[in-house]
Amino acid sequence: MVRQVLIWGGLLLLLFLAPLFLHGYSLYILSLGGVYVIATIGLNLLTGYAGQVSIGHAGFLAIGAYAAALLLARAGLPFWLGLPLAGLITGLTGFILLIPALRLSTIYLAVATLGFGAAVYEILPRWSALTGGHQGMRLPGLSLFGLKLDTDMSLYLLSLIVTVIMILMARNIVYSKLGRAFIAIRDHETAAQALGISLPRYKAYAFFISAFYTGIAGGLYAYVVGYISPGGFDLGKSIYLFSMMALGGMASIPGSVVGALFLAFLPFWLSSFRGLQQFIYGAALVSVVVFMPYGIWGFVRRWTMPDKLKRLPRPLRAVMEFVHR
Amino acid sequence: MLAQLVVSGLAAGSLYALMALGLVLIYKTTDIVNFGYGDMTMFSTFIAYALLTWYGLPFWTSFLGAIIAGFLLGILVDRGILRPARNAPVVSLLIATLGIGMMLEAIAGWIFGYDVKAFPYALKGPPIILGNVILRRHDLLVFAVAAAIALLLFAMFKFTDIGIAMRATAQNKRAARLMGISTERISALSWALGVGIGAVAGVLIAPIAFLGLTRMIPVMIKAFAAAVLGGFTSMPGAIVGGLLLGVTENLVSGYMPPPLAPLKTTFIFLVLILVLAIRPQGLLGEPPGRRV
Repeated sequence: MVRQVLIWGGLLLLLFLAPLFLHGYSLYILSLGGVYVIATIGLNLLTGYAGQVSIGHAGFLAIGAYAAALLLARAGLPFWLGLPLAGLITGLTGFILLIPALRLSTIYLAVATLGFGAAVYEILPRWSALTGGHQGMRLPGLSLFGLKLDTDMSLYLLSLIVTVIMILMARNIVYSKLGRAFIAIRDHETAAQALGISLPRYKAYAFFISAFYTGIAGGLYAYVVGYISPGGFDLGKSIYLFSMMALGGMASIPGSVVGALFLAFLPFWLSSFRGLQQFIYGAALVSVVVFMPYGIWGFVRRWTMPDKLKRLPRPLRAVMEFVHR
Repeated sequence: MLAQLVVSGLAAGSLYALMALGLVLIYKTTDIVNFGYGDMTMFSTFIAYALLTWYGLPFWTSFLGAIIAGFLLGILVDRGILRPARNAPVVSLLIATLGIGMMLEAIAGWIFGYDVKAFPYALKGPPIILGNVILRRHDLLVFAVAAAIALLLFAMFKFTDIGIAMRATAQNKRAARLMGISTERISALSWALGVGIGAVAGVLIAPIAFLGLTRMIPVMIKAFAAAVLGGFTSMPGAIVGGLLLGVTENLVSGYMPPPLAPLKTTFIFLVLILVLAIRPQGLLGEPPGRRV
């Protein structure tokens, strides 16, 4: 227990001190990493834990981003009120997908959610009175009690704090009655019903929570980038989120964190390989699947099994045991 | 007006049906949803383009070249990448096909360049007028090729040993292996056939939609919708779904009031979801087995 607190505390301290040794663009990418961590956790709660496949989550990301932008720019709400509200609004739109989800599963549900994403993507630029059409919207700067949050550092810290809160919340959801009900539904719907789990109710919870998470991520995205346009929320973005979840590890919170950060940083690392980026990116997706079939986190866990750990020197073992827990 | 919309819808629908057939074929025997299908189709079509314009071969030879390229590509994907990863969960394999697609896009970009290219029609000449319906010669070719492939597949699954072995593999892999069927070979064959059919569709789509690195992806998305509409486990379903989607799409864009016209995709998916709400397994799909 003490050891865990030490490792967690150390990691958090390191992240909070990151602005001391990272600057500008790296901090910006790290802030965006937080956005994708939250969205991937949201998708993983729905797909990994509750077994409801979605490849339309860019739609929720868009709704969250536009809700947060409008609440800030038009309604003039402070961001600490606007962001949870944007999440809540997005969460409510999550119920739209409940209608197909009660009847459909697997690839059928996937195509229905794809339709939702396509619909949001198509409606956004047409509803220009609200969204500014194809030109998009520029957001006013954030401020907290008269203090302007306009530097990369302040936006990074905002992203970090929101991400940490959302991770802790997800952990609590997963280890609660709710999380166990999700897993039961994923593993066997009929058996779950026999245990007294109401499918419509818990699927509704799953879609609400997942959309809420993705909405918060969308709002944070709008704050961090400072500008949103419909172009950023196409099918490609939905698939991007899905890849983050699958590569990190299904039904795993640390997996979502690792997967999201991996794919968020990959283009950044590859930027020096001009002309080769797309090839290496594709090859990276393929190699992770071939060499780590259960995702990056699954791989890490497998290589930190207790019997393999005994051979390691003590300090390294402590870290590995922490990872494996 | 109505007849014209239906007929051109059927022509577009035949192309969706072809790609949907390829997707269903691969899915049925290997359980893999191929998200790289659009890129594989694009790549084989570029082979036809290269044979046609770089080497000056006649159209039909190039067409054949694209089909062979599709076959080989399918085998390469199955043997080279998916077999080593066969223990991975289905969701991970989906990501692998996505990665393969991105690699193919990159390779095609290096070899063929990044600009969109015009692709010639196989049949030139004035359109054919039947009553009040105008048909391009290309549409006739599309109908003929789609019908031929559907019939060939039907005959193969009905009468040949390989076709029956494929059906057995789709039904129950372990039992098929116990009957002496090499399911590995069947999976390679399904990939070859699936990607090969994609090449056929690609060569027929390219004159209409032009040929570019990502031009086939929207068609793939529609093929997914078509396959789901017909039932993702049914080959006749893929054809019915493709034709129905093509006609619906054309009727929607023909009769929708102009202010709503930009929301075409939304409307089509709404129709799709309504159909699935009534038949969750698609029009001709088998209901999922109930394991209690």
